[in-house]
Amino acid sequence: MTVEVSSLKELVEQASGDDRSPDTQEYFVNMGPQHPSTHGVLRLVLKLDGERVLRCIPVLGYIHRSIEKISEHMNYMNCVHLTDRMDYLSSIMNNWAVSKAVEEAAGIEVNSRIQTIRTIFAELERIQSHQLWWGVLGMDLGAFTPFLYGIRDREVLNDVMEETVGARLTMNYVLPGGLMADIHPNFVHRVKEFIKYFRPKLDEYDDLLTNNVIIQERLRNVGILSAQTAVQYGATGPVLRGSGVAFDLRKDHPYGVYDQADFEVPVGTIGDSWDRYWVRVEEMRQSLNIVEQLLDNIPPGDFLVKKLNSKIKIPEGRYYSQLETARGVLGVFIASDKKDEPYRLHYRSPNFNNLWCLEPMIKGDYIASLIGAMSSLDLVIPDIDR
Amino acid sequence: MADALLNPLSLTLSVQTSEAFAAPAMSLADRASRALESGVWGAVMYIVIGLVAVLTAVSVLGLVMSYIERKVAGHFQCRLGPMRVGPHGVLQSLADGIKLLFKEGIEPGDGDKVIFIGAPIFSITATILLLAIVPLAPGIQVVDMNVGVVYIAAVSGLGVMGILMGGWSSNNKWSLLGAMRAGAQMISYEVSLTIALLVVVLFSGTLKVSEIIESQQQGWWIWRGHGVAIVAFCLYVIASTAELNRTPFDLPEGESELTGGYHTEYSGLRFSFFFLAEFANLFVFSALAVTFFFGGWLPFHVGNYEGFNAVMDLLPPVISPMFWFGSKCALLIFVLMWFRWTFPRLRMDQLMRLEWKVLLPIGFVNLIVAATIVLTGLYFFPSAT
Repeated sequence: MTVEVSSLKELVEQASGDDRSPDTQEYFVNMGPQHPSTHGVLRLVLKLDGERVLRCIPVLGYIHRSIEKISEHMNYMNCVHLTDRMDYLSSIMNNWAVSKAVEEAAGIEVNSRIQTIRTIFAELERIQSHQLWWGVLGMDLGAFTPFLYGIRDREVLNDVMEETVGARLTMNYVLPGGLMADIHPNFVHRVKEFIKYFRPKLDEYDDLLTNNVIIQERLRNVGILSAQTAVQYGATGPVLRGSGVAFDLRKDHPYGVYDQADFEVPVGTIGDSWDRYWVRVEEMRQSLNIVEQLLDNIPPGDFLVKKLNSKIKIPEGRYYSQLETARGVLGVFIASDKKDEPYRLHYRSPNFNNLWCLEPMIKGDYIASLIGAMSSLDLVIPDIDR
Repeated sequence: MADALLNPLSLTLSVQTSEAFAAPAMSLADRASRALESGVWGAVMYIVIGLVAVLTAVSVLGLVMSYIERKVAGHFQCRLGPMRVGPHGVLQSLADGIKLLFKEGIEPGDGDKVIFIGAPIFSITATILLLAIVPLAPGIQVVDMNVGVVYIAAVSGLGVMGILMGGWSSNNKWSLLGAMRAGAQMISYEVSLTIALLVVVLFSGTLKVSEIIESQQQGWWIWRGHGVAIVAFCLYVIASTAELNRTPFDLPEGESELTGGYHTEYSGLRFSFFFLAEFANLFVFSALAVTFFFGGWLPFHVGNYEGFNAVMDLLPPVISPMFWFGSKCALLIFVLMWFRWTFPRLRMDQLMRLEWKVLLPIGFVNLIVAATIVLTGLYFFPSAT
């Protein structure tokens, strides 16, 4: 296998043809970093022939905050707080990924109450992440109303979580060895209320977008990502499952208390934008099921195994741990040199791999399809750059 | 000559008084046509005053419609819409207008300045010309020419020129893409639009807009047209949505794709010209649909139910035409806004396929059926003529 490396400048110069040629001329256009549909500061350099996308080159680094490097000078308790700012829609799952890695490496056992609460919160957060994605997909395809519907329901869920966590976006709830705080006395009751509220809303979502003929036309057979390509590019999460690969860490390598819950992993067929859309909408239903099953059986216990001081020391070695966020597999790699700070902390973020699937998906298709396909990838740019 | 000079003045002034309505309805239009034929100066005066009146109407329409649009959108989206400026935000669009007036009009450095400045003016001119033929009430119409439908088809095609010019002169690839989309889209859908209108022309046997309304005294064409008119109306609504560049056909703007499309580079007053033209066009196309399919200013009558018809005629003759015309327009505009805040956007190839492979064949078949009906004289209700 050979890998060709070429700079952006070379690519652009290569393509600019003769201005006076009577043939149609291919041209480059910058989509982003300031573009309504790149959701943040992703920059795509597009090589276009009319409206057809011939190449799509992601350019990264506009929101790089060097979270990994900063972590090298922080103890493990502090590293967790930075992860909120990576994939801000899966902040609790990010916290949990680091906590899980540290707990496994340092040999800290957490009780089942903590694991159950973590699982419930992770699933709630998966729902709210997908709610926002659903709204944004509608907006990217030109319908503004779904966005506000998605936000409306997300607010309801955020209120429920805020009561326990105290924050709405950067939740910062999970710590190595436990949780920041115990759940609010109202929590179980209010989550039940939310489930009752949200189930009919999911049918409303179907009425507004899923069954809309224009949405079907825009998403079906567009941006096809074959299972093979998806695996080759390291895509995970709904993107991989949309391509028909039933890989879900919650099922295949259960963590938390997922082994106690009965749920299905929705899988697509051909891997077009529609499959990815359907997988996510279905995942919201499954997440509701998981939460419903776990909610009544939160075991008693402490929310923190023991009062940990900030000096957790991990034995020398390399450790890897991963879990399934709303966008795919978030891996945490820790190289430790016996100190209380990591020698190297690396995150394998799901969005980074998912982003590169964009070009094989969209080559030769229209700009409008590119927008739809990109939306179906559900990218969070701060997670790509970190 | 002096008579001719006075006439147009009295025309615009008498719009406000009830005297014009007390007199036979067509007298106003008669005086207008007399002014047009009386001499060069009379015609010029008439046109200038008419256009100023229409320009005022466009500005007011733009303000009112943008407020309504935002309110409707707000309530569709589980929110309130503008609430801060004035009671229930009624002054919001005025505040926005003032803001737009004071904003800097930025011109792209490498753009074509003359065309760049001319484009929004061209766009709004097309709207003004189109609004001139809309009959708001008996006789309240700036021009009522004998080839009205041809005029509509011709002038509505002008609007796309403004958009093409704006997109081209901005020297921005996104703008250019938006303008090219607009060109392809608006020219394609104009065919369907005209064919839909021709069905009514066949039924009523005239191209003159006021006569088309008069021909619906016995029943609106949408009922009398054997279902053919219903098909034509559906075609008209779809095609006019595309002409208006509104969702699901808002590809020329395509905010999430083209960052604003043809008006990406426009700001301040020039942008507001595009904006005004868009909203005034929304009114114009609804008004034309009302004129052609829903009997214009005629009240809602059902066949020979005298009692019901009498109730519908209760309004005094001064208000009645305005009320009926206004409420029918409002209903149609609401439907168009409903479309906009519900549907996602089509893709360019799907848009073209819809026009050339679906709407146009249906339109042609529909036109042939309409012609057959007219030739054989098979009306549901007795014809007016």
